[in-house]
Amino acid sequence: MDQLIANLSLGFGVALTINNLMYCLIGCLLGTLIGVLPGIGPVATIAMLLPATFTLPPESSLIMLAGIYYGAQYGGSTTAILINIPGESSSVVTALDGYQMARQGRAGTALAVAALGSFFAGTVATVLLAVAAPPLAQLAFQFGAAEYFSLMTLGLIAAVVLAHGSVIKAVAMIMLGLLLGLVGTDVNSGMARFSFGVPELSDGIGFVAVAMGVFGLAEILKNLEQTEEEREVFLNKVTNLWPTKQDFKDSWGAVLRGTGLGSLLGILPGGGAVLASFAAYTLEKKLAKDSSKFGKGDIRGVASPESANNAAAQTSFIPLLTLGIPPNPVMALMVGAMIIQGIQPGPQVMVERPQLFWGMVASMWVGNLMLVVLNLPLIGMWIKLLTVPYRLLYPAILVFCAIGVYSLSNSPLDVVITAAFGLLGYVFVKLECEPAPLLLGFILGPMMEENLRRAMLLSRGDATTFFTRPLSATLLAISVLLLIVIMVPAIRKKREETFQED
Amino acid sequence: MKLKNPKDFWSGVMFTIFGLAFAIIVKVHDYPMGTASRMGAGYFPFVLGCVMAALGAVIIAQSVVTSGTPVSKFAWRPLVWVLGGFVVFGLTAKLLGLVIAIFLLVMISAYGGHEFKLRESLISSVVLAASSVLVFIVGLKLAFPIWPEFLGWG
Repeated sequence: MDQLIANLSLGFGVALTINNLMYCLIGCLLGTLIGVLPGIGPVATIAMLLPATFTLPPESSLIMLAGIYYGAQYGGSTTAILINIPGESSSVVTALDGYQMARQGRAGTALAVAALGSFFAGTVATVLLAVAAPPLAQLAFQFGAAEYFSLMTLGLIAAVVLAHGSVIKAVAMIMLGLLLGLVGTDVNSGMARFSFGVPELSDGIGFVAVAMGVFGLAEILKNLEQTEEEREVFLNKVTNLWPTKQDFKDSWGAVLRGTGLGSLLGILPGGGAVLASFAAYTLEKKLAKDSSKFGKGDIRGVASPESANNAAAQTSFIPLLTLGIPPNPVMALMVGAMIIQGIQPGPQVMVERPQLFWGMVASMWVGNLMLVVLNLPLIGMWIKLLTVPYRLLYPAILVFCAIGVYSLSNSPLDVVITAAFGLLGYVFVKLECEPAPLLLGFILGPMMEENLRRAMLLSRGDATTFFTRPLSATLLAISVLLLIVIMVPAIRKKREETFQED
Repeated sequence: MKLKNPKDFWSGVMFTIFGLAFAIIVKVHDYPMGTASRMGAGYFPFVLGCVMAALGAVIIAQSVVTSGTPVSKFAWRPLVWVLGGFVVFGLTAKLLGLVIAIFLLVMISAYGGHEFKLRESLISSVVLAASSVLVFIVGLKLAFPIWPEFLGWG
């Protein structure tokens, strides 16, 4: 307990410096700004804004990125409620009841409940993170190369199982990601692989280029397929921000359950915000005595998934910060950002750079508070953005992306590679191949190869090492079990239902 | 023959091609395979490439027995103009400076949209170029030339 307080006060010491407060604020604002733009989710937002953080010191950079993440999440819910266009997949369910509330003139209440619920969930999840991280990191210190390899395998498999869409296609996407991640100089032998003599490629494909292309550009291309339809924006109806007593009474249970479920699901690899919000909504509907109001503007249908996705967003930092394994694409981007800052994610971060670790934890809470205090009153401004036609918005987004990629290393080739991944991402959209596993594989590729080689070297080429070491065997057994379970038709059907929008 | 599940069929084809390509490159460039205990640079990518090609084949096989929706049409116009504009920016940013590169990016990509309004795009490209110079060059001090270098305007 004392240790916890000491850790947190160290963290707040870092997070509350004027500089870091400012970066957190800028992050939240920028994140919300991009996040409210329809069709641009947190992954695309973070990918676009990453270059802006690279010049900062590591603490500030990660604090700002975390701020961007919350901002983007929050922006996504705003569009879900106001115009029925979820800015990201984790607010798809929010749109169901949130938009109906807006149509009934209760947009303000819906937005406020979403924000307050998120804040509550964020607070709980931050404490959970602070409590759970040190013992987990201790466990991680006992991991050898074999365990790490098995853990990454489990992480990747779980990511597939818990995501939606075809399992086998997702596995293939992971492999493609792993392979793309291997492009560049082999650390063991110094040999340049798949670089075709292009010097820039011997450093590997930039992960910003991959993320921005596959998530950002492809998203724009997809949006441009449809002609712009008139959006019904409830511009003038956002009044009465503060919920009534009755609203509080109706929603607090949903907030609590959403927070609990979300915190739990966020820790699971592949879980994260999307699964949490879907699961929370389903749970709420099942528990409700009178579920007929769901889908017609029930406040619980907003409170619960919004709390859940924020809790999950927060607790998904736990595997990242303790094990160094990103559980979802957003965290994969954070890994990329850490590596660019010269930090190898893993259990040693907490020991070697306590300021960074606890500063980030504290800033999560600060970021959540900022969103409530600063962003809620700014809602009018964010809504105005929604009235700007897409034909004016997308060239501006492109400019932002282009400058961002180019400035990474002042290389025209990076821009061209990003465009190529934009094309690939568009093909993925057309063929219904989920891009998230690709990004996870891309980040984990080099790490997996490294650990595989080390494990095999230590065991003198004996592959049974993965099954004879108890921890590693357990992790692999869980992976296999997950894969078998998902093949069972009944469970498969259930899984598809969970991700159905209604 | 009509494809029953074109989306899966073509996904399978894509994965098989990518997998084979990686595996073949390993062989053609002769990346050392090494042994299981001392893996060379080619070992992991070769195995991965083969497994992925096999997965692709399975997906193709499955697509013959399952049924699915057809692949929707490619929207070529935005595809070509948006990505084209992006590439043009990359190639011109250094040579012609940020202002002209942004102007080109905005005009080209806007042309790929559903309705292109010349005046509107001209205005927005000027606004975007001016604000980018302010934010990125004056503010964040990114190393972009503002104008074409050969003009010597700095």
